[in-house]
Amino acid sequence: MGAATRDAFGEAIVRSGEDERIVVLTGDLRDSTRTENFAEKFPERFVDVGIAERNLLGIASGLALSGKIPWAASFACFVAGRFETLRVSVAYQEANVRIVGTHSGIGVGEDGYSQMALEDMAGLRALPNVSIVNPCDAVETERAVEYLVDHVGPVYLRLTRQKVDDVNPAAYRFEFGKAVQLRDGSDVAIFATGATVQEALKAAEVLAEAGVSARVVNVHTVKPLDEDAVLAAAADCGALVTVEDHSAMGGLGSAVAEVLATGDGRARLLILGTRDFGESGSAEELYEQHGISGARVAESTRQFLEKHS
Amino acid sequence: MDTKKEATDELLSRLTDIARELRVTDIEMISEAGSGHPGGTLSAADMVAALFFHKLRLRPDEPDWPDRDRFILSKGHCIPIVYAAMAKRGFFDPGLLKTLRKLGSPLQGHPDRTRLPGVEASTGSLGQGLSVAIGMALAGKLDRASWRVYCMLGDGEVQAGQVWEAAMFAPMHGLDNLCAILDHNQVQQTRKVAEILDIGPIVDKWRAFNWHVLDIDGHDMAQIVDALDEADALSGKPTLIVSRTVKGKGVSWMELNPEWHGKAPDAEQTRRALAELRGEA
Repeated sequence: MGAATRDAFGEAIVRSGEDERIVVLTGDLRDSTRTENFAEKFPERFVDVGIAERNLLGIASGLALSGKIPWAASFACFVAGRFETLRVSVAYQEANVRIVGTHSGIGVGEDGYSQMALEDMAGLRALPNVSIVNPCDAVETERAVEYLVDHVGPVYLRLTRQKVDDVNPAAYRFEFGKAVQLRDGSDVAIFATGATVQEALKAAEVLAEAGVSARVVNVHTVKPLDEDAVLAAAADCGALVTVEDHSAMGGLGSAVAEVLATGDGRARLLILGTRDFGESGSAEELYEQHGISGARVAESTRQFLEKHS
Repeated sequence: MDTKKEATDELLSRLTDIARELRVTDIEMISEAGSGHPGGTLSAADMVAALFFHKLRLRPDEPDWPDRDRFILSKGHCIPIVYAAMAKRGFFDPGLLKTLRKLGSPLQGHPDRTRLPGVEASTGSLGQGLSVAIGMALAGKLDRASWRVYCMLGDGEVQAGQVWEAAMFAPMHGLDNLCAILDHNQVQQTRKVAEILDIGPIVDKWRAFNWHVLDIDGHDMAQIVDALDEADALSGKPTLIVSRTVKGKGVSWMELNPEWHGKAPDAEQTRRALAELRGEA
């Protein structure tokens, strides 16, 4: 097991911290968001606004409009949940804010639904100007943070509370907006994002044993979506499965469906994600319960392929 | 009469004339647009005149000048009075004023910073502007800059919780480069503020939040200028100017009448309003 992507963020933001444009903000979650080290090293450029996330986002926006590069970090549900502030003070203003949401998805585990962001990508995907980066492991998070320092425009960086397996090699290069094919296959393509990339890889192993050849694609940038990767998979495999630790409505699955339904691509599509509120349990139990564990993804994929064969 | 007093009288007289002129332009614009929010623009006119023609350090031909003062209109629906001031200061061709609220115009119904250089923040979803102003003030402090941030709020607006998140934050961080202005015009969209959700005792509340609070008659130009100057001079904490005003000020039948919160006068009403504002009625 590798590090949680929030841990990787915390380390990367300190390494980038010498850049005096960077300001890190949080709402009484410097420990959980792993911004404590930045706070210790660069106290002048660290702001704790208290439990007031609308103010957090508004202040970040004002800093951005004054030439700073603010990283506003809190639980994903608390920042993405302040949608009205995001839409006007951040997105509409084209404020160069990095919204950092840790504790995304049911992977939060024992704390239960009120601490889990399951609708964050659905909301933010609808906002013009806002990009969504949902890295799958520590090295991808570190490279994404380094890239995002100089990215122009508001970005939502979606991170995990839980530890995740390392997927990418140490020499990994992050390319914004470009999906990464981790494994080739011809019967089905599984598109995954964030912590479900590992599950998709496990599913591909299980499927291989059953004689099903599955491609696995890591969609670290959910918006803008790498449409070419979707169309190529549709042409090559004819069947697509999406997996996300997020609602099955409005996230990666919907984004892929939009490409298939409105473009030239033709493929059957299975969307895997949560279809109910989350609940307490371990991350592993919840992934199993809500159908996004490797085993459940493999099972659903096999049924999906059989039904349509 | 000493020369200092003469100079002050001349300033106040000039600002008062400008405020009258801005009110005229404002009503002409809203009438031409066929929709808008005249009441809250008229109440803010005197303060906006003092800001744009006395207090704010601006370069209209260089709207992104890094050392400019920042003005954020958090009560974004009242932006026409600011457009009027910006046009008069030379930020854009006054001919654009008649495009207010029309398709493709940089003069959006609520301010959009991406479409009109010189607009510092896109606002209109009430309650958000003070937080953005605080972010700017923090940036100014980090850069040890001399520019200041001004933010005008509506009195109905301070019913929104985000305002109080912001109000708690600014004094604790010593943002003396921030001056908030509450255009306390007493009336919100459908009723008097005190009848909808009373914000009083408003001065005590902000003092309890550790702001330096000045309580003034927002239609008395001498008090406005004094308050803005005092806010400038204060160090250690932000200032809130509670600017007691009359919604619809200057057009007798609009004054304190919620009906004129959000509708444009028709041709005949416009003629009568302009006559009053020009002192011809």
